[in-house]
This record gives sequence, C-alpha cells and structure tokens, in this order.
Amino acid sequence: MFSDNPALYGLTVIVIGVGGCLGYFFLSNLFIDKVLFPASGPNAGRNINRANMIRPWLFLFPALFALVVYLAYPVFETLRLSLTDRDQGGAFVGFANYNQMMAEPKFWEAVRNNMLWLIVVPAVSTAFGLLVAQLTDRIKWGNLAKSLIFMPMAISFVGASVIFKLIYDTRPEDQNQIGILNAVWLKFDGGIGSVLLLQVLPSMLLLGFVVIVASVAWSFVRAIVAKGEDHSGWLLPLRLLVAVGALWLIWVSLSSLAGIWIGGLPYGEAQTWLTVPLWNNFFLMVVLIWIQTGFAMVILSAALRGIPEETIEAAIIDGANPFQIFFKIKVPQIMGTIVVVWTTITLTVLKVFDIVFAMTNGQWETQVLANYMYDKLFRANDWGVGSASAIVIMLLVTPILVWNVYNARKEMK
Amino acid sequence: MASIAGKKSGLVWAVHISVALLVLLWLFPTIGLFVSSFRTADQISSSGWWAALFPAEQNEVYRAADPDDNRVADGDMFVVEGNIFEGSPRDIRSWGVSSRDVSAYQPGDTAEMKDGESVTLQADGSYVWRGNDKQLSGRGQRIFITATVPPEFTLDNYTTILFSGSGQDNMAKAFFNTLTVTIPATIIPIVVAAFAAYALAWMEFPGRAILIAAVVGMLVVPLQLALIPLLRLHLGIGIGKGYLGVWLAHTAFGMPLAVYLLRNYMVGLPRDIIENAKVDGATDFQIFTRIILPLSFPALASFAIFQFLWTWNDLLVAKVFLIDATGSTTVMTNQIVELLGTRGGNWEILATAAFVSIAVPLGVFFAMQRYLVRGLLAGSVK
Repeated sequence: MFSDNPALYGLTVIVIGVGGCLGYFFLSNLFIDKVLFPASGPNAGRNINRANMIRPWLFLFPALFALVVYLAYPVFETLRLSLTDRDQGGAFVGFANYNQMMAEPKFWEAVRNNMLWLIVVPAVSTAFGLLVAQLTDRIKWGNLAKSLIFMPMAISFVGASVIFKLIYDTRPEDQNQIGILNAVWLKFDGGIGSVLLLQVLPSMLLLGFVVIVASVAWSFVRAIVAKGEDHSGWLLPLRLLVAVGALWLIWVSLSSLAGIWIGGLPYGEAQTWLTVPLWNNFFLMVVLIWIQTGFAMVILSAALRGIPEETIEAAIIDGANPFQIFFKIKVPQIMGTIVVVWTTITLTVLKVFDIVFAMTNGQWETQVLANYMYDKLFRANDWGVGSASAIVIMLLVTPILVWNVYNARKEMK
Repeated sequence: MASIAGKKSGLVWAVHISVALLVLLWLFPTIGLFVSSFRTADQISSSGWWAALFPAEQNEVYRAADPDDNRVADGDMFVVEGNIFEGSPRDIRSWGVSSRDVSAYQPGDTAEMKDGESVTLQADGSYVWRGNDKQLSGRGQRIFITATVPPEFTLDNYTTILFSGSGQDNMAKAFFNTLTVTIPATIIPIVVAAFAAYALAWMEFPGRAILIAAVVGMLVVPLQLALIPLLRLHLGIGIGKGYLGVWLAHTAFGMPLAVYLLRNYMVGLPRDIIENAKVDGATDFQIFTRIILPLSFPALASFAIFQFLWTWNDLLVAKVFLIDATGSTTVMTNQIVELLGTRGGNWEILATAAFVSIAVPLGVFFAMQRYLVRGLLAGSVK
C-alpha cells in the first residue's frame, strides 16, 4: 500500500507507532481504573490496590515483549538450531554442527584472529584513551582536542573502512602511490634510518610486549607452583588457560620478531597491505582502535576529573614527579573505570563484523567469528554451523554478562 | 597542577605538542577522504591527496592556433599570434617546443628553430610564432610548458552521487531509505522504553530487581544470535524483509540500553516532586507525562543520539531484515560496501559516497556532543 513511498510509509509508522504506544498506555490505564477496578463502590479500597498491582505490568508490557521476543527467545532458539540440521528437516543431530565447525581451518583462523583482536584493540584503545585524557586534562584547548579525537565515534564502521582503504591503497610500480602508507613506505630505502625505525624500534616494542605478557603469566602461574596457596576450585583451569594463552602470544611475538630480521623487509616495493597474512589483522584493528579511542578517552577523562584533588596535592608536597603522580596516584584510583572501559570495548570487538566484511571479507587470513558466522548463515546457508558459531560468541560474552549483572545487583543493594 | 606547570614549562610544551600530534594523527584519515571527494578521478589517481593542498608543478602541452586560418603576412614571413591559455592562465616556470626538452626556455625567451622559424612565449601565455609560408602551415606548433598549478577542487563528484549518477553511483535513494529506517527506529523505542523505565524506577512491584538485572544482562547479548531466529519469525508471520521488520528489530535491539539509561536517570530525580504529585491526586500516567518526561529530557536526548548513530551506521541489521533480492530498499552503508566491491579503484565515487553517508552523523555529533558524552558516562561508569 504505502510501500511505493517509503517516506510516507515511515511517517505513517511514526504516527501509528508513537500514537499507538501513547494510546495503549493511556487507554489501558483508563481501563483498569474505570472499568476493571473502579475506585468507587463497595470494593474501592481493594480495587485501588489491585489496580496498582497491575499497572506496572501495563507500563512494562511493550518493552518486555520486545526484549523477550527479540533478545531472550533468540538465544534459546539459536541454541536449539545449533543442535539441529536444516537439511534433515530440522532433526536433532547433537553436537554434529560443533564437530563440523571444529574441523574447519577457517573457524580456527577466526578464533585465532578474534583472540588477537581481543587482546590488542581494548588494550591499545584504553591506553591511548588514557593518554589523551591525561594530556588534555589541563590544557586550554583540551576540549577541542578531545572533541576531534572523539569524532570517529560518529563514523560508521563502513565509512571508516573506506577511509582506511584509501590509506592502505596500492598502485602499480610505475604510478604515484596515492595511499599514504605506501607513499611513506617508499621513502624508506633500507638505510640506517629505516633499520632504526622499522626493525630496531618494532623489535624493542615486541620485546617489551613479551616481557609484559611473561610477567602477567608468571603472576598467574606462580600460585600453582607456590606452596600454601589455594590450589583447588575453578582458579586452576583459569590459571592454566592464562598460561597457555600467554605462551601462544609470546610465540606469535617472537616469530614475527624473527620475521622482521630474517626475511629482510621488501624496501622500495609498494605493498598490498591488506593481503600480508597476520599483519593485515593489525591493519584492520587500527580502524577499530581509531574509533574506540575516543570512547575510552571520554570516560577516562571524566574519571580523572573525579579524583580528589587532595590526593594529588599530597603527592606533590611529598615530591612526586608528574609520572609518579600519574601511575602511582591517578591510575590506581580510576582502575574500576579502566576495567569498565576495557570490557565495553571487548564487547564491541566480539561483535565486530562490518570492518572485516567491508575491507577483506575474511580473505587473506583475516576471518573473525562474527563474519564467519555471517558467511555460514547467509552465504553457505548452513544454519546449524552458523548458529553454533553464534553460540561460541555468546559463550565468550557470558563472563562479562555475569559480571555486569553481579555488579548491578550489588549496586542496588 | 599550576605549580608543576610553572616549574616545568618544557613539560607543558611537550604536552601541547604531543596533543597536537595526536589530534592530527586522528584527523588525518578523515581529511584524506574529505579532500579526495573534491578531486577529479584523474587528480586522485595521479597524486596523493596530500599533494592537492599545495600548488603542484605540472607539464602541459598546448598548440598554437591553426596557421591556415590565423596567420598574417609580415614582410616575406608569416606570423601567428595568440594566447595558449584560453581562459585558464597558468604560472609558467619554463617552456619548450620539443618533447625532448620541454623546459629549454624561460618565459619571454625566443626559441629559434630551423631556417628562421621562431616562437616567443610570454609569461602570460601570449605567443608569437614566426616563419615562412611552408613552416606556418598544417597544424599549429606544439608548445610544452612546465607550470605551477594552484590546488583545484570540484563539486562534480557530489553532483554525480546525489543527483546525476546512474545505478549504484547514485546515493539519493539510499539516503532516503536510510532516513526512513532511522527516524522511526529512533523515536519509537524512546516512547516504549520511557514507560518501562518509569515503572522500573518509581513503581513498587514484586520481581522488579530481577527485571532490572535481566535488562543489564541483555545489554551485552550479541545481536548475532538474534538474526536467524528472528528472520524465521518475520518470514513466518508474514512481515518478511522490509521496513516494518527493520524498525521492529532496531526498536528491540535498542531497548536494553534505552531502559537502562532512562531508568538510571529517572531514579535520580527528586522523590519529593513525585510524592507531592501523588498526594495531590495525580495518577501514575499523569506523573509520567507531566513530570517525569519533561525532567528526563537530557537522558532522552542521550539515548536518541545513540540510537540515531547506531541505526544510521548499521549494516548488519539492514542486510538481514531489510534488503531483499531486488535491492530497492538498500541503505547507504550497504551501497558503499557494494561500491567497494565493484568500483574499488574509483576513489572519487567511493570517497564522495562515504562522505555523504558520514556527513549527517558528524553534524549530529558536533551539534549534540554534550548529550552523547552524558549518555556514555551514565551508561558506563555506573
């Protein structure tokens, strides 16, 4: 009917939707007050109480309906679908879909890449956000600077993908490079400056990373080895998991370190950045880091402002230098907020789909879980495996979900 | 601290410089796209966008006017006079008459060629070409110049994308489709969520705490899980793929955040106002519409911006619930992804299309940043 004219259709829906909601709330309210439980007559008192028991549910009903049908039901339905096979008419097949998924190298590639994303993006975004928040805290044009760094928040993942594709663009040898990354890359000729900037500096960064990971892992593992600590319970698997993850990270770092020095870098040749395995993941991550840093900055900046002045003044009187004030006084006080920012970005990373879809579509070993799932659902039409991979994403989210609910309950008490 | 700033001005300078560098680094990608959208296809593929901001040296070839029509006798010789720039003057650095040496002469010099033929070129582009009957015939003499060209920008790309382009190059329809998706999907959840938030904040009933916890839990449920079951549901009850489906989906997916934000805000409103109203005989419905809604404006605005940005920028929900095989309801994000596939090298189209799609959210962002920040803080720090 209205489908020919979407604008008119949209307007009608706004009027019907908003008017319908208001009408629903008003009329249902009127109905229980006047018709069902009138506040008059012999049962007036009882009726008022009954009306007040029902009223909250009237107010809640549309929202609850939406939440249950669009968010709660799908979780269970997806779980069910992941255990059935569409081609066999929806027959129950147990864990066959999961087994099939586990046998696919593409799935493990997606898991590996998601792990990299989960480690790198929240860490770098939070670190940059904290850095900017601290630097802009006391300068006059800080608000302007923050506003500009916050700006990518408004840009869609797809728009950001186009922006960064231009940066990573590659032209044939005989033409001018129009991607800034290649234009800069061609300035390096393998001389001493190139070695310092592209081999020594990254190596030091990687080694620093390895040291940090190793120390974190050691603090987890030490408890297993040490005597007198609590060995029992769910902590042991967690500690082992962290240890294995850390070993893997160290291995990845050291092998890329070797790659930098052994292979020699292809100076003077324009690179197609998005097709270089492993490294291309980082080029994709840059896009999300660019967007999320502003988010981290806004929240951490507010947290920094909330720190009581006295603690900082006391530190200054005691002779602390600005770095000590930052790391020893400020950061510990906003640790709670840092954790919140970290987990929020982690959630965004788990669901990241648009960036990979628009830039590489999972080719050249850049697959991530959300895009893998989309591939299975809508290209291969394999609902079983697609649902199974969605459940994997849900499982990864669950710890954060539990933690959030736990905190919310604690806060309300 | 002022005391630190006073003592260590070096550090203050370092802070200013590093903030400036970070801001530049963050702006640089967007500026690249912005500048590229104002360049022609030739300009984009011949030089990086950063070169477009400065005057560039460029080699160009011109031809003197056709001698058969324009030559005039001068003694026993003939002369053709004219100006090589017809309306678009250049700043000539050097010039030449042979492709082997295009910068042999300075402006004002005279190039002597074989058998008395000569060309004189002035800085303003006017030339005098002198020679005998045979030399001044056929086609006009070629003149090579090296000139500095000022930055040149064009609005043609925007005309193509918004009006004249055909097929995928025209974003006008996708723009209106995006608007059609976005506006109802922003307004309707606000109304629905506001009532629910009021009930969760100010009405006493059993199970309230559990409901709030459930909303917090649903905040993080990945919408990936909802795709297949809901698409099946929509197809099953006859909604199919279309605007209605995408509005419902966006309304529901935005609901947890809406209820959470609004409830947190409403709980903080002063209890006295509400209790006084109740004593005066106001019903819950009246309290809500007359008192709570107007007071909650900042929280409503915060959520509205979130929801607007999210629905405008969304790709996944539109792909699953809206865009059918005909593609007549495509949204801008989807069209850009398709352009990336088919016109991957046509940066003038891509950059302009992307900029058209990000211009509206950027406008909203800068106009209402205050509310966005407030919403972020309410949603995360609590």
